[in-house]
Amino acid sequence: MAEVRLPKRIMNSGGWCQGCGHGVVVRLIAEVLDELGVADKAIAVEDVACGSMSMSGVLNCDAIMAAHGRPIPVANGAKGARPDSIVYAHLGDGSAYSIGSAELVHTALRGDNMTVIVVNNTVYGMTGGQMAPTTLPAEKTASSPKGKDADRYGVLNVVDLIGKLNATYIARGEIYDVASTAKTKAMIKKAFQNQIDNKGFSLVEVLAPCPTNLHMTPVQCKEFVHTEATKFFPLGEFVDK
Amino acid sequence: MAEKVLMKGNEALAEAALRAGSRFYSGYPITPQTEILEYLSTRMAEVGGFFVQAESELCGINMVFGAAAAGARAFTTSSGPGYSLKQEGISYLAANDLPAVIIDVMRIGSGLGDIFMGQGDYWQLTRGGGHGDYRTIVLAPNSVQENVETVQLAFDLAEKYLHPVIIASDAGIGQMMEPVELPDFKDHDINKFDWAVRGCKEDEPMRACQNIYYAKHSTDYPEYLTKKYNDIEENEQRWESYQVEDAEVVLVAYGSSSRVAKDTVDTAREQGFKLGLIRPITLWPFPKKAFAEAKAAKAFCTVEVNILGQMVDDVKLATEGKFPVGFAGNFFAIPDPDEIIATAKALLK
Ligand code: SF4
Repeated sequence: MAEVRLPKRIMNSGGWCQGCGHGVVVRLIAEVLDELGVADKAIAVEDVACGSMSMSGVLNCDAIMAAHGRPIPVANGAKGARPDSIVYAHLGDGSAYSIGSAELVHTALRGDNMTVIVVNNTVYGMTGGQMAPTTLPAEKTASSPKGKDADRYGVLNVVDLIGKLNATYIARGEIYDVASTAKTKAMIKKAFQNQIDNKGFSLVEVLAPCPTNLHMTPVQCKEFVHTEATKFFPLGEFVDK
Repeated sequence: MAEKVLMKGNEALAEAALRAGSRFYSGYPITPQTEILEYLSTRMAEVGGFFVQAESELCGINMVFGAAAAGARAFTTSSGPGYSLKQEGISYLAANDLPAVIIDVMRIGSGLGDIFMGQGDYWQLTRGGGHGDYRTIVLAPNSVQENVETVQLAFDLAEKYLHPVIIASDAGIGQMMEPVELPDFKDHDINKFDWAVRGCKEDEPMRACQNIYYAKHSTDYPEYLTKKYNDIEENEQRWESYQVEDAEVVLVAYGSSSRVAKDTVDTAREQGFKLGLIRPITLWPFPKKAFAEAKAAKAFCTVEVNILGQMVDDVKLATEGKFPVGFAGNFFAIPDPDEIIATAKALLK
């Protein structure tokens, strides 16, 4: 058996559902903080939703739990108070692109020096899988049981929303397999390196499965994200200054 | 050395916050508090602090939340409609035991209301205002000089109780110019509290800023919270009494209207009518203890700039419903002394 080596800052596995993408993302963040040598001065800002389970014995990193939709301004406040710290917001698509969209837009417009990691699983996870701005056309959710009416609600791609503002870096990755996860990790690393270099606002969106709310097995959900979600949310680096 | 200068109330508030050691401000324009934002837009950089004009009051208060969690003396300012938007963040500050100062330069009315001088926010300031079981300490200065002293006190109380503290100013005090003695600069040590997030070493336990209900307490949370609010109520009631002992009718007024109320006491006494004044300096905790001094009182009367007499219920509670409580109120201006005297006299009939 191969030895299982946990990244230094990971204390334990989290309370996420089987096949959830959040745990992988938190692990990648932990590895990056350690490799960049900034874990000692890192402050995580979590949305009250599923991602914040990282604060419950998973990631050993000072952390703030922000109100739903507000991790970006809260992270901004922490960074303003402690400019030498490395601050990141870790939140879901509903938080970043719906209730917190004004804060996202203006933080990107100001180009504030911080790192944002958005986990996009196309639904509101914590509240039981309701439709989000990122829900795909015809995707069935708890609040769109017949499938999302995309003519009425549209599908929001963050690059369209903030791509022409003053962000330094906007990228989207997936965690489908070893290769794509490694690419996503490199994106996250760049997003933190930019903050270390005082280069401004960096956002990485990670496409991730939420098998529980998409009513799929972990494997089915992973395939769905890889084949369906990527049609609306292409992978790559869209802004890289 | 303390300096004496002539300053507008709002600007004095802003300068005093810096002198109290605050180096973090995030706000949004709204009349009649905008001078605070404008003043700090250049002044904050001069003292090496962080200033941002936020995209909304929601953003403003949430930035303050983040800065407070990181240990800063952080503050934000607004007026009625904008203060309503801040309620989300204030509820979270209270729930997380975070010290911060929020200044409400009050105007008048619900909804848009109007931008002129008013005391329209008493209810939302003293009842918590956001969701859940909480209240905030509310301090009500009535002069430019008191503005300055109140800011220092507000930060000290916020840190003493680990709780948001509100300063209830109003357009009258905010806009008036008065000579004011500015205190010396105080330093704030951002690492003063161990709970403040800053990054932890690998072998150190992480700091988690979250709902105190999760963080420290679970089954004993109700007890913890009750004690906190009881302690504040017991220890922090503040007021000024003026000619209360022998007064037949005691006026109750704070902020701008207390200035007119005090003059009214003098005018009434010249006419042989024994009026007195209790001026709450803390709106919450309401200074119930002050009412023991009113030994000759037959009635009480609030003087407020709003329509419904928002403070009347608190006076009834403080006097245990034993006396008539009148309301000398006016929506458009502070009631004048004749109006107040007439309302007070009518209570004796
Ligand atoms: S509900 Fe979805 S997002 Fe939340 S933990 Fe479960 S799988 Fe993850």
